[in-house]
Amino acid sequence: MSKEWPLWEIFIRGQHGMSHRHVGSLHAPDEEMAIKNARDVYTRRNEGVSIWVVEAKHISASSPEEKGPLYEPSNSKVYRHPTFFDIPEDVGHM
Amino acid sequence: MYAQLVKTAGSGVKSREEMSENEQDFQNRVDADQKIEPKDWMPDDYRATLIRQIGQHAHSEIVGQLPEGNWITRAPTLERKAILLAKVQDEAGHGLYLYCAAETLGVTRDELTEELLSGRMKYSSIFNYPTLNWADIGAVGWLVDGAAIMNQVPLQRTSYGPYSRAMIRICKEESFHQRQGYDIMMKMAQGTDAQKKMAQDALNRLWYPSLMMFGPSDKDSVHSAQSLAWKIKIDTNDELRQRFVDQTVPQAKYLGLTIPDENLKWNEERGAHDYSDPNWSEFFDVIKGNGPCNTDRMNTRIKAWEDGAWVREGLMAHADKKAARKQAMTAAE
Repeated sequence: MSKEWPLWEIFIRGQHGMSHRHVGSLHAPDEEMAIKNARDVYTRRNEGVSIWVVEAKHISASSPEEKGPLYEPSNSKVYRHPTFFDIPEDVGHM
Repeated sequence: MYAQLVKTAGSGVKSREEMSENEQDFQNRVDADQKIEPKDWMPDDYRATLIRQIGQHAHSEIVGQLPEGNWITRAPTLERKAILLAKVQDEAGHGLYLYCAAETLGVTRDELTEELLSGRMKYSSIFNYPTLNWADIGAVGWLVDGAAIMNQVPLQRTSYGPYSRAMIRICKEESFHQRQGYDIMMKMAQGTDAQKKMAQDALNRLWYPSLMMFGPSDKDSVHSAQSLAWKIKIDTNDELRQRFVDQTVPQAKYLGLTIPDENLKWNEERGAHDYSDPNWSEFFDVIKGNGPCNTDRMNTRIKAWEDGAWVREGLMAHADKKAARKQAMTAAE
């Protein structure tokens, strides 16, 4: 019984200077093949100019159960949004 | 539809009172159109049904390469060959997106492959019909990809996040497939008498198998209520089939081809076409394994899996060796 190729998460930077974005995953024996496979699977229509691959087991994620306590501190801080402040129309664009 | 006969796990839709607290929270999120993500709590039956559905969908994409791959070497021009090659490559990509979505539910790629090769998991019945000539490649793109799109567009809104994201990618790429098929049909239908005859013949043979892609009639799909409640099915089989017929009729008319159904006519009252159902006993027979190409398709997949074993193992051994060498060098430094 052979062992399965590890799973890689694929991140691609699009044409317009945006950050790398997660696009999906794939199996590959090593990082070199992961990049080659990602080229074939996720950039068949010029979707990107740069590829990152990360083996899935190296990614740590926040857990859904912690969602409440984890994000609660920002809920009460509405002043972090510009719309919190009323600027008189006479001041012009700000 | 690519996943056309998925048995929904569980005993049917539960009332609110019958649901546990977890189940209620889950159903509330689905009802509010929130996506369910891999680490979120979900009912076991939801998970099991999704593995079946996404797995079947992925298998269909992979097996679906075979009828079209059959004509790559015999495409009439170099351009048509390059286009068909790109389309078949897309299907491989679609299979991979979907396998990865299924894997987020806790099943491995090898398990899914083995389920297909042992016949325990199915793929769409349509791919058990042969592609006898070049006109069939046109008809497959036009009708089969057309039916697939009809099914996949609503699935972009499905409740399971990874499945929904895979569908969004797939739908973006899929309309090229249908257009290239229709382009072939236009060429054939506007060609010589012999070409026109081939186009009509392809439509005659593939019409009913395409209607079967949406799965059995609603009155025979006993489990769909639960899948609809979970939003892993968005429309019923008959709704999608009707939409497909209504969309395809004017396209056939433009080509000057006749849909092989005497009962096909516009029903003013319903605002839709009346049409004949496909032969459902043929459908169930093909699903059981008795279609014209079932054995051939499975043998091809089994051969590919077995012949590829040394490549999979060899590349893994090479990667392990390389990693060990790197580790030894880091330790020596």
